[in-house]
Amino acid sequence: MEALRRLQGENRQGSRCRIGCGAGFSSDRLGPAVDLVAEGGLDWLVLECIGERTMAFGHRDRRRDPGAGYNPLLEPRMRTLLPLCRRHGTRLLSNMGVANPRRAAERTVEIARELGLQGLTVAWLEGDDVTGLVGPETPLAEGGTVGERENRLLAANAYLGIEHLLPALTTGADVVLTGRVADPSLFLAPLVLRFGWESHDWERLAGGTLVGHLLECGMQVTGGYFADPGRKEVPDLARCGYPIAEVAADGSAVVTKLERAGGLVSTETVKEQLLYEVQDPAAYITPDVIADFSKVVIEPDGPDRVGVRGAAGRPRPERLKVTLAFDGGYLGEAGVSYAGINALARAELAREILRERLTRIHGLHCPLRFDLIGVDSLHGTAGVAPVRTEDVRLRVACRSPRREEVELVLWETEAMLTCGPAGGGGFRGRIAESVSTASCFVPRDAVHCRVEVLEA
Amino acid sequence: MSRRMRLWDIAHARAGDKGDTSNVSVWVEDATHYAAVLRQITPERIRAEFPRLVQGPVEIHPVPHLLGLDIVMHRALEGGVNSSLNLDGHGKSWSYLILRLEVEIDEPSKTRCR
Repeated sequence: MEALRRLQGENRQGSRCRIGCGAGFSSDRLGPAVDLVAEGGLDWLVLECIGERTMAFGHRDRRRDPGAGYNPLLEPRMRTLLPLCRRHGTRLLSNMGVANPRRAAERTVEIARELGLQGLTVAWLEGDDVTGLVGPETPLAEGGTVGERENRLLAANAYLGIEHLLPALTTGADVVLTGRVADPSLFLAPLVLRFGWESHDWERLAGGTLVGHLLECGMQVTGGYFADPGRKEVPDLARCGYPIAEVAADGSAVVTKLERAGGLVSTETVKEQLLYEVQDPAAYITPDVIADFSKVVIEPDGPDRVGVRGAAGRPRPERLKVTLAFDGGYLGEAGVSYAGINALARAELAREILRERLTRIHGLHCPLRFDLIGVDSLHGTAGVAPVRTEDVRLRVACRSPRREEVELVLWETEAMLTCGPAGGGGFRGRIAESVSTASCFVPRDAVHCRVEVLEA
Repeated sequence: MSRRMRLWDIAHARAGDKGDTSNVSVWVEDATHYAAVLRQITPERIRAEFPRLVQGPVEIHPVPHLLGLDIVMHRALEGGVNSSLNLDGHGKSWSYLILRLEVEIDEPSKTRCR
């Protein structure tokens, strides 16, 4: 009975489930997550650490080294958070397993042993890797088939949902590690476990999904990605806190942060996050539910506290979405800067010289882009009128499956230092491996998951 | 009497991306401005303002009780983050493309300065 109560989070005061988000992307900050566990009275800490790129890179890393492929920051995160989570009775759920949840769990157990956390349990979930279900004939959501793509398929990962997560959570393990899971499901699963919501209770599942959607990007709901000086002020953004949701059994919630943390939780920050990456407010599709956010009520509930309720839900989709990652070759970026009198004209001359050399003299055919940073770079394609400035950076970007082409672009840009217009400086260049992505769908019942629990 | 105002003066916004689709949610601050914004920020106008950038259809989903509108622009990210050569491959800054658009506001303005 004691164990069951602990499992359901009944050890906490009050009837609400307290969930914190301690990472909203693979490289998110660690310090504020520490504060959240130490002072947040959390039932659960969720770390959301997978993006399309990081998923593909996980597969690449694992192919090179069978012991790799999980989140590169797992080690410092676990070392810091495990003792705190144990002290405060907070369970940790994360997709830091990326392309290798088993190895992530093994490494976590090793760290727990080193820290003297005997008896700490780690569950890992696998089954999101559906490469075996994808073939050349598989149709892509974007049109065409997998086989028609020129590039090599690196990875195929299904977005798992609460039906796959719950068996891992009900093991009672202190830490649960997964690969690809729909981001909101990471938050919904602990709520379903705590409140016993039925798998067809679409309204409550939508309420929990709303909570997950608001929290999954970390500080984007507590003042990050929001400040615009003179227009939208956020206090102490350098010490911004991660979000906490206090969720009630009916699926309504209050979004807040630690009082002493920097940042801001207001109806405005919550609204901006409500439709972040949402293409139809009435149909936010996850593996668990089709949530309707179009009638959501957002209201203040005290300083840095905002209440949310009123999400509606419809039955979950029959098929699971899969992200396919293909080898995208190399992305090369290089730049050189000009400042002072006539800087813009000198940067423009450098651009013309480089264009001439790369396309006419060397005959490059790969996609090339030239930007004048400070004049018309990010919004250059949008046709916004350029500004006059005396501090301009010429940026050259290219993509190619052939590394030597990309190296040539960097070499020619660096040569601008001595062979180009007067006063050019500050050359930097980098080459990054790149992936391209597409989507397909697989039948829900074709995906088979497995859970295992390890003990320190 | 009417005044031309930038959306930046009367609303706030956030950009997100999925593949080659960008969505910018716009949140009007004063309820008396909402109808005018909804009337003037149309899919046709968005396509006309950014003909090179926005290559696909545009949808606008109003969320009236929160004074919001979700502007969904397809094929508006130069291929998406994994193939774009734009420094801002996610189109994070597209919110500020939208906020620069001007609208005619009918009445004497009561815009609050915060």
